[in-house]
Formats: sequence, structure tokens, C-alpha cells
Amino acid sequence: MQHVRRHTIIVLLFLFAGWWAALNSGCGAPSYKQGENLYRTYCANCHMEDGSGLAQLIPPLASSDWLRDNQDTLPCIIYHGMSGPIIVNGIEFDGQMPSNKQLTPVLINNIINYINHAWGNDFGQADIRHTEAALEKCR
Amino acid sequence: MRQLHIALAALLLLWAAACTSDEEPLPILGEKVIENGDTIYHTIPDFSFIDQDSQIVTNETFKDKIYVADFFFVSCPTICPKVSKQMLRIYKHFENDDRVALLAHTIDPKHDTIPRLKQYAQKLGVRSDKWHFVTGDKDAIYEIADDYFSIAIEDPDAPGGFDHSGKIILVDANRHVRSFADGTDPASVDRLIQDMEKLLRMEYSDRQATAK
Repeated sequence: MQHVRRHTIIVLLFLFAGWWAALNSGCGAPSYKQGENLYRTYCANCHMEDGSGLAQLIPPLASSDWLRDNQDTLPCIIYHGMSGPIIVNGIEFDGQMPSNKQLTPVLINNIINYINHAWGNDFGQADIRHTEAALEKCR
Repeated sequence: MRQLHIALAALLLLWAAACTSDEEPLPILGEKVIENGDTIYHTIPDFSFIDQDSQIVTNETFKDKIYVADFFFVSCPTICPKVSKQMLRIYKHFENDDRVALLAHTIDPKHDTIPRLKQYAQKLGVRSDKWHFVTGDKDAIYEIADDYFSIAIEDPDAPGGFDHSGKIILVDANRHVRSFADGTDPASVDRLIQDMEKLLRMEYSDRQATAK
């Protein structure tokens, strides 16, 4: 009897460990799958799949202070592209980002939600109404 | 009879030793022609381009070295940044090994002037005596792309105006192509780096490995 109880405790411990690991790996959190697929298609060639950018040529998105601090401008940047110097995490970038005029507001919103939550970023939820309103002004 | 046994055992041992070392040399890639009993391997032809420091870069630049080559252009909106990122990985891996060099050819010589290539190299943070970004006669660049088994075509319908493959090609000191990678795939480039180390270990171990 003692023996059986010990086994039960061990099994329960394993179950608990598994549950804890699943919880910590972000299981159940939204994964922004469509945003991720769109990112791979339209953004990852330059910003890289891991959001690291390229040296001083292409700015990073992962842990980017500029991305965090310029949320309102993101819809129009994705839509129209961008040029001119910016400082990201203390490094100046002065490249040319191409436009993506084939993307609808919903798709752009999905991309923003993905980059805001990928690679350890935690820059908040993008609201489709804000994205639409922002695009209204620059289209 | 006894002697035969010993000889056989020795042969077996040798064979086993050869098998376990797993050091098969890298193959020489490309078509080979047999002429008068000699095998003639595919060879990178003579070339002469100009790099980001306005220095002339020829086959002599890579004398006694191995090098990796790719084709790109600065304003490329598609795969080039990914390939450059992988070239940068190779650069960093062999940064202090003077037996290794890198050669990036622009396929848009009209726009990628020497100052523009210089700026690109500087922003990557790389040394120009190790990683040459070259421009030159457009036809000469497009032609030599064939010899590196790469594609470089001007195509107004392609994004950015050029169609090209993202291959990274490994060339030895005898101008033979020894390996290549898909420059957009980090796992493929991992294998290329292993091939480069193997080539250096097997064929260049007598040469100096340290930087100047």
C-alpha cells in the first residue's frame, strides 16, 4: 500500500511538472499565426525571421525601442514603406523600406500584432479600428 | 600461409582506420573533361573587378586562400539581406583566419557605385581586405555568375529589377568549386562552414591560420 502511494505521488509530480512547463512555454497564449505567415512573406527577407535586422543596414524589430515608441506610425510605414534616418537602440539606420500596398488594414493589423508579441516583444495589442483610422490618414 | 594472414589482417586494419576517420576530401564540383588521360576540372576563369576601396580584385587576390562568393545588389528587396546575413556569419566565423576571404558581386553595377558598396560594407562592419564587394563590367559579372553556378539576370518583372539565386559558393586556391549553400537557409550555411573547416584542415593545414 505504501508502495502504491509513493508511485501515485511520483506520477502526480510528473504531471505537475508537465503542466508547469506547458504554462511557461506560452501554451494557450495567442500565437498570431496569420501575422507570422504574413511577416515571413513580406518582412522577413530584410528584418529576418528572428527580427534581428542586419547590422547597421536594416533595423531590428526584436527588442526595438523605436518599434515600442512609434506604434501609431506602424500602419502607414508598413503600407507606404519608409526612408530617412532613424535611431534604433542607439544605432542610426538610413535605409529604404519598400511599400506593401497590396496589404489590407486587417492584414497590416495582424502583422503589427505579430511583431508586437514575437521574440520577447511585449508592445501591446493593435486595435483594428486604430489601424484603419491611421491608414485613412495616409492613403 | 601465416604471412598471408598477417598481411590480410594489416589490410583490414588499414581499411578500418580509413573508414573511421571519415575524412573524405570535398569533391570538385562541375563538369570535368578528360584530355590525354588528364582530368580537367571546372575552373573559375580569370576575372578583374573593382572593390569598395577602388582596389582591383583578381584571381591573384585570392592566391593561397579559399573564398566564398555570392551575387547581390544594395537595393534588393528580396533575398539579398538574408544572404548577406549568412555571409556575415561566415565572415565572423573566420574573421581571424587569413586563409579565408569573401567576394560579393553586385549585379546592379549601374546603381551600386564604389561609394555605395563602401557604405554597404561599412554598415555591415566588415574589413575590406577580407570581404571584397566588387563591381565591374555588367556582362563580365553576369558571365562569371555562370561559372559559380549562380543566376544573375536583369529582369524588369522581378522584384527590384533583377533575378538571381541566393547561392554562396566555396572556391579553393586552385579555383575549383568545392561546395555551396543556399544563402537563405542558415542550416545549409552551417554545413558550408563545416565544409570550409574541413577543406582548411585537409588541404591548407600547413598554411598560416592567424590574422596579420
